[in-house]
Amino acid sequence: MDVLLDIFGSANFWAAAIRIATPLIFGVLGALLCERAGVLNLGIEGIFVAGAMAGWLAVYLGAGLWGGVLVAALAGATFGLLHAFLTIILGLSQHVSGIGITLLATSISYFTYRTSLPSVTSPPRIAPFQPIAIPVLSDLPFLGPALFQQTALTWLALFMVALIAFVLYRTPLGLAIRAVGDNPASVEAQGLSVRGLRIGAVVTGSALMALGGAFLTMSAFDAFFFGMINGRGWICIALVVFASWQPGKALLGALFFGAFDAFQIRLQAEIGQVVPGQIFLMLPYLLSILALVLVARKADYPRALLQPWTKGQRH
Amino acid sequence: MTLRLEPRANASLGLRLSVSIASGLAALLIVAIPVLAAAGNPFTAYILMAQGAFGSMFALSETLNRATPLILTGLAATIAFRARLWNIGAEGQLYMGALAAVLVGSGLLQLPPALMVPAIMLAGFVAGGLMMIVPTLLKQRFGADEVVITLLLNFVVILLIQMLIEGPLKDPLAMGWPQSVPLLAEARFDKLIPRLRMHWGLVVGLVAALVLWFMVRKSVLGFEIKAVGENKAAARFAGIPVDATMLKVALISGGLAGLAGVSEVAGVKFYLSADLSPGFGYSGIVVAMLAGLSPIGSVLAAVFIAAVFVGADSMSRATGISSYIADLVVALSLLCILVGSFFLRFRIAGIGRRVEV
Repeated sequence: MDVLLDIFGSANFWAAAIRIATPLIFGVLGALLCERAGVLNLGIEGIFVAGAMAGWLAVYLGAGLWGGVLVAALAGATFGLLHAFLTIILGLSQHVSGIGITLLATSISYFTYRTSLPSVTSPPRIAPFQPIAIPVLSDLPFLGPALFQQTALTWLALFMVALIAFVLYRTPLGLAIRAVGDNPASVEAQGLSVRGLRIGAVVTGSALMALGGAFLTMSAFDAFFFGMINGRGWICIALVVFASWQPGKALLGALFFGAFDAFQIRLQAEIGQVVPGQIFLMLPYLLSILALVLVARKADYPRALLQPWTKGQRH
Repeated sequence: MTLRLEPRANASLGLRLSVSIASGLAALLIVAIPVLAAAGNPFTAYILMAQGAFGSMFALSETLNRATPLILTGLAATIAFRARLWNIGAEGQLYMGALAAVLVGSGLLQLPPALMVPAIMLAGFVAGGLMMIVPTLLKQRFGADEVVITLLLNFVVILLIQMLIEGPLKDPLAMGWPQSVPLLAEARFDKLIPRLRMHWGLVVGLVAALVLWFMVRKSVLGFEIKAVGENKAAARFAGIPVDATMLKVALISGGLAGLAGVSEVAGVKFYLSADLSPGFGYSGIVVAMLAGLSPIGSVLAAVFIAAVFVGADSMSRATGISSYIADLVVALSLLCILVGSFFLRFRIAGIGRRVEV
């Protein structure tokens, strides 16, 4: 019990939980936006890699941190556009296209990294985003260091949750996006473009995913490593189901996973001799599967998810 | 004359074959761009790749050696995708097959080779099959999406393997390397030709392709799979046992991926380690798509993909161009075949020149 108290009682733990959750927040939001519009985007794992690499490389080449964020978002948007072309314009399998995007984005990022920096043994580093202490709030005992000393990208992620939730539920655009994933025929009847809305959602969602990757190389770490994404994207796909396609629940899900991950790292340090570390590393995946199984039946998924749309189509 | 698209009822074998080949060539052509960006000459690069993949008996053996697991994982994806069961978990199923082979074949049983090799193959097939049956049951019982679950299971399995080879299965004689105790000599696949790495797993793959071809073309199960893949509701209405068919597909698909693991561990490595597969499970998806879900085509597609990897390694050593170029060709092949499949479903026709379908 002392161990648990030590862990949960440390501001450091809660700060780490939010840090680990940040890329997931971007990723879940991006995936959620795509799926709300009716398009599953399994390219997320690769788009994470592309965002991480492109953002980092841009900063390394002198673009500045926010320049790097922009480059990462553009890289994500480009792969989103490709996915949109294949699935929305050509109406091809969203599953296979997504896997293809993941393979392409991953290999092109690795290739570009290797080609840009051919002969380095240890990865070069950049000066990443520094934590921004919110005045007054960050001086609070315990809560200050735990919650109010994060980097700009974490604040951006939290802002995006609010923005996406606002757009989805409080604006005509959000209504149209939700309708296009539920009942595209009704959107067409309104004279709106089903394909245009879907393309916009997939491109924007993919740009958001890429920011999750960029957070890793430009904020959490200061370098790019091969294999650094390591399944984070797939976890986001599971989290969207867990969150029932709602931004608020997506944030909670991401924070829960962040807390869990931060917890297992610390617990491992205490009892790692007794229990193999891999057990803890397996748990997020097993929990994701469990969440999928539990939530699947009652899930309020977008009705037109995975269904291509041709103009003038009636159901 | 405006162009428009007409649905195509049935694509001929010749057309499907040319779309597959054109997709592979298109991927190679697009890759010329990053080769140029890496300050390389694409022509030289491709010639070096072809030489590295086929230029000598040794090169050919390496290519076929690399193709062996890809044939099996390609067939695994082929059978599943034909039934619209999205098995993205071949990587994990491969490792489970390898694990079962090592559990059975490294001292648990004492059998003569004539029995030992079938025993580890059976164990690997069943272990891989179970890894696919569980997500399929979860899909049927709870409606849980099998794509994400099979994907997530890949990570679980690889962690399980790491845990075992650092723990109970660790070989005490491996100088501290995290790898399992080796397979007994009786459990290993023989080489096809002395001093070359090609082994009997290749024959297993070829036989599996023939069996699967026969199954999808001639058997009742093949007909049921086709019906389930095309329209589940109609199949159910026609009295086809949809759930049972899906479970059979799951067993065969996972089992084939499991056999790929058996083949790698019994034919190449002889022990289990966490780097047994450099993504054979994922490349199998590309093989199956490139082959247009044809079992015989999967053999050819697997050789193509294997040649790209083996050739790129050798080209990379000669020119210094990163061997990640191979992954790039594989990814582009998948996307090109996807675009190509669009032309299999539709024909482009001019208005007023309607072609009979």
